Amino acid sequence: MDLKNNEPAPSELNRLVHLAPLEKVLNIARAHSLWPMQFGLACCAIEALMGTNGPRYDLSRFGYEVMRTSPRQADVMVVAGTITYKAAPFILRLWEQMSEPKWCIAVGSCAISGGPFVDSYYVVPGAKELIPVDVYVPGCPPRPDAVIDGFLRLKNKVLNPKVVEG
Amino acid sequence: MDNKLDSVIKELQEKFSEIKVSEQQVVTVPVEQLTSFMQMLKDEYYMDFLTNVTAVDYPSDKNQNGEEDDEEDKGTMEVIYNVNSITEGYTLMVKTSVARQNPKLPSMFSVWGGAHFQEREVFDLLGIIFTDHPDLKRILLDDSFKGYPLRKDFQWVGGRK
Amino acid sequence: MLRTETYTVNFGPQHPATHGVFRVMLNLDGERIVKAEPVCGYLHRGVEKLAENRTYQQVIPYTDRLDYLAAGLQNQGYVETIEKLMEIEVPDRAEYLRIITAELSRIASHVLFVGVYALDIGAFTGFLLCFRERERILDLMEELTGSRMTYSYARIGGVAADAPEGWLDRVEKVVNDLPYYFDIYDDLISGNEIFQARTKYVGYLSAESAVDYSLSGPTLRGSGIDYDLRKAKPYSIYDRFNFEVPLGENGDCFDRYFCRILEMRQSVYILQQAIEQIRETDGPIMAKVPKVLKPPKGEAYHEIESSKGILGYYVVSDGSNKPYRVHVRRPSFVNLGFLDEMCRGGLVADLVAILGSIDIVLGEVDC
Repeated sequence: MDLKNNEPAPSELNRLVHLAPLEKVLNIARAHSLWPMQFGLACCAIEALMGTNGPRYDLSRFGYEVMRTSPRQADVMVVAGTITYKAAPFILRLWEQMSEPKWCIAVGSCAISGGPFVDSYYVVPGAKELIPVDVYVPGCPPRPDAVIDGFLRLKNKVLNPKVVEG
Repeated sequence: MDNKLDSVIKELQEKFSEIKVSEQQVVTVPVEQLTSFMQMLKDEYYMDFLTNVTAVDYPSDKNQNGEEDDEEDKGTMEVIYNVNSITEGYTLMVKTSVARQNPKLPSMFSVWGGAHFQEREVFDLLGIIFTDHPDLKRILLDDSFKGYPLRKDFQWVGGRK
Repeated sequence: MLRTETYTVNFGPQHPATHGVFRVMLNLDGERIVKAEPVCGYLHRGVEKLAENRTYQQVIPYTDRLDYLAAGLQNQGYVETIEKLMEIEVPDRAEYLRIITAELSRIASHVLFVGVYALDIGAFTGFLLCFRERERILDLMEELTGSRMTYSYARIGGVAADAPEGWLDRVEKVVNDLPYYFDIYDDLISGNEIFQARTKYVGYLSAESAVDYSLSGPTLRGSGIDYDLRKAKPYSIYDRFNFEVPLGENGDCFDRYFCRILEMRQSVYILQQAIEQIRETDGPIMAKVPKVLKPPKGEAYHEIESSKGILGYYVVSDGSNKPYRVHVRRPSFVNLGFLDEMCRGGLVADLVAILGSIDIVLGEVDC
């Protein structure tokens, strides 16, 4: 067997051995087991975090049910609810405490752009003012199905990181 | 229940001559007699449950020529108390007025402990100072916030683009 | 000689047991709590100021988002205050539909409380069980109003839409099934030894302090005071139903929890009577109210019994189509006033049990 002369490899070798860059393998591992950080602010947290983890819309069939309370151990920050100016400093601090690689999902219209409270004197118009957001899930509150769809899009983004830039 | 409340209000009018009663049975009390009035409500009329403490801002109206009164702010702020009686079953709304320039009135914490958080909220959002309150500081807004949002002349920029 | 000092620990805004963004600054002496100061306001959205720039009907969705677990009750409170201000009479069928939505919201809120309280104490299975019942109730509400959680169903003068075909039968089926599931909760959660050890004789609240600090709802009734606005000052059509008000004896966490379980059973009883009575009632679902609402100058204050306590709305009108001032008397906010004294002398783990038994919702605490 002489691969340098472009002889075709035997079929067992094709089937059993895969060559890929290390990053792609790590991405597969990361995408199938994202650990969300347990961090609910307002009404969307009841639907997005608790309803999605509940028995009917089961997030654990995708592998994402491990909700870690400590930011050091989490991958994904799910911002669900309205952000106020009093809460903004510690949200930023939690984001900075998370270790790389990390992603963010903004759930609900308050986290996307301020929602129905955008005219208020104390509401930050969207999570994107503070931290870089990867996936937006609109709704007020969005159904748990929509939140699962958001997680699956994030999985797609993790597996193909160049999709967005292209 | 209405008869009981009517007789209570009649007795109160006899004891305190300066209070006014409106048609909907809302009692307006001057600030100086507020503490003794409330203490009497709790001791003698079994009103032991303070449900609601809130305040409304009424800035000064324009005077008769249509010009605004710029020498002195004659506006008032009204503080409203709703008191229930669990045993007797009636409820009474008590109002009092303070000047808008330097609003101060005595705290009801010595009469009912339930006034603690609600008076802090009124101070936080409207700037009315309750003397003798054990811990009067901001509760909902952060400590470095400037201004009192629920006043009618509060200016702010919302996030809408 | 040994000398001890107290130290300050932050029971921070991001914590799995605080039901949202809520902070308690603890002064600890070893493991015993010396002082527990609650700091709220992390979710203050300025609803009272926003309401001054919206018409009366546009404020109804804001009231949903205050206590988002029992939105049917919040809508009912606001709408009844405006009706008291304008002296509108609501047709019977609309009242029955409002009561059915309100009691379903009450059951949904209490069921979630049971699940989350079990989760706080440490039992994850209770959480999953309770969500199964809650999903069935949310399905019914979605058929009626279009939304699972924020209904905006009650309107000034009536309700938004009539019940769809066959909806009442489905409600009856779900409601008749519920007592069987409540028995399961009694077996699994209330009868559990560890649960009882962590909640019995913990967080004692005396009857005099409860009345003095204006606590309301199951927090007050757990200490033995019989004050339920549905019986003491009946509003809407609650005087047409027979039900009891459960009371506690000891004033500890377990009594407050068990009051809610018994209240759920009474809500089922009210719902069965309401469904029977609405089948015989026909008629419009909305009174004759002008499209542009301009209430007369004046003010009104009205209270209802929400799932967390006494919910009051105070509205001042100046004759235009926007309110001059709206104030919400939130039960969770006032119930927090006594947290400090209830926790003194206990352990940090007791703080979690006490905070859970008061049953706060952060959207309501911060308005």
